[in-house]
Amino acid sequence: MAYAEHGSDHAPQTFITKYVWSQDHKVIAVQYACTAILVGLVGVALSNLMRLQIGFPGQFEFINAERYYQFVTMHGMIMVIYLLTALFLGGFGNYLIPLMVGARDMVFPYMNMLSFWVYLVSVIVLLASFFAPGGPTGAGWTLYPPQAILPGTPGHDWGIILMLVSLLIFIVATTMGGLNYVTTVLQARCEGMTLMRMPLSVWGIFTATVLALLAFPALFVSGVMMLLDKTLQTSFFMPAIVSLGQVTNYRGGSPLLFQHLFWFFGHPEVYIVALPAFGIVSDLISVHSRKAIFGYRMMVWAIVVIGGLSFVVWAHHMFVSGMNPWFGFFFATSTLIIAVPTAIKVYNWVLTLWRGDIHLSVPMLFTLAFILTFLSGGLTGLFLGNVSVDIPLSGTYFVVAHFHMVMGVAPLLVVFGAIYHWFPKITGRMLDDRIGKTHFWVTFVGTYLIYFPMHYLGVLGMPRRYYNFDNYQFIPQSAHQLNVFITVVALVVGAAQLLFVFNLVWSTFRGRAAGSNPWRAASLEWFTPETPPKHNNWGPHLPVVHRWAYAYSVPGAKEDFIAQNAPLEDGGMEPEPYESPKEVPA
Amino acid sequence: MNGDTAVFRATQPGRDGDIPRPSWTAMRRRSRPQAIVGVGLWVFIGVATTLFSLFVTAYVMRMSADDAVAIEMPRQLWLSTALLVLGSVLLHNASVSSAAGVTDRARSYLVAGGASAAAFVAVQGWAWLALLSNEVTPTGNPSGSFFFLLTAMHALHVAGGLIGWTVVGLKFQRAPADAGWRIALCARYWHFLLLVWLALFASFSWITPDVARIICRTA
Repeated sequence: MAYAEHGSDHAPQTFITKYVWSQDHKVIAVQYACTAILVGLVGVALSNLMRLQIGFPGQFEFINAERYYQFVTMHGMIMVIYLLTALFLGGFGNYLIPLMVGARDMVFPYMNMLSFWVYLVSVIVLLASFFAPGGPTGAGWTLYPPQAILPGTPGHDWGIILMLVSLLIFIVATTMGGLNYVTTVLQARCEGMTLMRMPLSVWGIFTATVLALLAFPALFVSGVMMLLDKTLQTSFFMPAIVSLGQVTNYRGGSPLLFQHLFWFFGHPEVYIVALPAFGIVSDLISVHSRKAIFGYRMMVWAIVVIGGLSFVVWAHHMFVSGMNPWFGFFFATSTLIIAVPTAIKVYNWVLTLWRGDIHLSVPMLFTLAFILTFLSGGLTGLFLGNVSVDIPLSGTYFVVAHFHMVMGVAPLLVVFGAIYHWFPKITGRMLDDRIGKTHFWVTFVGTYLIYFPMHYLGVLGMPRRYYNFDNYQFIPQSAHQLNVFITVVALVVGAAQLLFVFNLVWSTFRGRAAGSNPWRAASLEWFTPETPPKHNNWGPHLPVVHRWAYAYSVPGAKEDFIAQNAPLEDGGMEPEPYESPKEVPA
Repeated sequence: MNGDTAVFRATQPGRDGDIPRPSWTAMRRRSRPQAIVGVGLWVFIGVATTLFSLFVTAYVMRMSADDAVAIEMPRQLWLSTALLVLGSVLLHNASVSSAAGVTDRARSYLVAGGASAAAFVAVQGWAWLALLSNEVTPTGNPSGSFFFLLTAMHALHVAGGLIGWTVVGLKFQRAPADAGWRIALCARYWHFLLLVWLALFASFSWITPDVARIICRTA
């Protein structure tokens, strides 16, 4: 029996098979998302602890230098890997791909289930390092050798081992999930859902998954080799070194080799997080301004080109490590070239808004905030992409401000917007609007108050990675006051996220009933027979798609949107690709 | 492919009438299990290729360092290579026999192909022992470190293949007529394992520290 014709007779019966050992992509998506959000809250708490130390040094005795570095490291790793990657691919990827392409489930449901449980194991191993002797690793989220595994770095005994093992487990989970997402998009699309009719969310998640499948192996390679350097005393990355007066057994290894491998993963990782965000934002902007996305094909190709370029820019993270000037030139150039497809996307978002019927719903607020934040974060990237500008700024808070704007705050704004947008589909209820708006304004304004001043602190020369800024002559009193201000705002923004969690829990049970398509969206996921969708998604018959997902405000149509699976006669087809005019014979 | 389409035309009329639409038959064709698992396998092969390419890149960079010395490859590797080639050929034959409907011969080839792969892993272990008895350890020199690490990674992938092979064997026992495509995919993975091993063996043998230093221009 072909996959597409699965009947609904395999629906799970018991509580355990329905909600725990579930093979349903929607349940797995919620499991992924809840785990990621929970571990993300730990990440937020860690950042607030860091800020307490920087804003009020010496006031909190339990934050000593060791703990501070442990907080920094765990915050970074949790946010980038265990929150954002897991949430965008495991959460949104799982939920949206089958529904948006008209499939009954992922093509390998059992492996999909395994993917979540393996991810959960990686999270447990990661969090276990808080309770290990010596605590979690404090090596910084990049885990650079040799310091990461030598005495003197917090958690050099157990913390670093647990961190590496957790990462390796996470990569196995991501690979299992990724195989599913890619194969589902390629093979399980319903009738009429051509690749060039897929919503941009699917394009973003699909391309990001391909990046993940090709980039995580680099982290795997570096993780395995560092683990062996730590446990078996091999010398893959470890040079001959004297550590705390002791001669070690290491010799000949190359720390630079680790940096290359790490950033060959690390830079695509930025786009593993950013591309799903790009895609989701494109869909949200189109729905909430009742207009077709501007330049759909260009948007697709921009996503693909950004994905490709992301593999040839990694060494811009290593300008200060020293390299042949020609390499620096190459990597600076490739980095700046990425600005071209990215700028195309920003222009297209803005042009979609132009003369649109803009509804300032909560998802739209987050979307607009994303465009602003991504723009300002991206512009500072142009500064840092130049070798000669990067070298003086690299060690300062300017870099902290840049990457938090561009890959911290911006994707998180999309996460929030997307959750407000699709929550009605997932639960059948709306999230509370007033709490949502409060959450939005505090988060949006708050993050700007946190990160804008950091640019200034960076230009002033304030070094990042420092535990304590007392007694540095060149740091003026005003910078310390600014740090107090940033800390206070960070605490407020951190606390505001509890509003969001409360909203999620409360609205799941008490929220206003949403109906099947509260945003009057045209893409396929809003046209399941039931809301929330049942097992197998589509009832007895798979949908048949006749148009793209952006048929909004079509002149002459009955409503201001036309569903992707509405009959052919309703019109609203995607524009034909440009064809050169045929020569008319004279 | 044409045969499949003809079958669908005869037995699975489209919902709009007697003649199925082209997009409907296309959807049917790409959602067949053999198409889905086949694409899934290609994607996995892509991931594993990336993994081993990065390992070999790291190997070249590390071997260009001053402390690297060449090691002599144990002779057992020629035996293991022969076994892996044999496994690849046997599974290919299993696939051909199964497609031709000769179930008994397909079963024999399938079992022999898996056994060759298992024997390959065992001989790799023998090669490890031979190296260890020559005092080449995982920790002493990058040549040894990479040899043990990469052969272990490759053997892990062979072991994973054997798990898949077991599943294919069980399906074959239950319904031999429907298992042909599974055996074909199993054979595809065996060919991939062979290619990876040949690339690794060639790297160990030919990318000596001197060659690596020339590649990395540290000579």
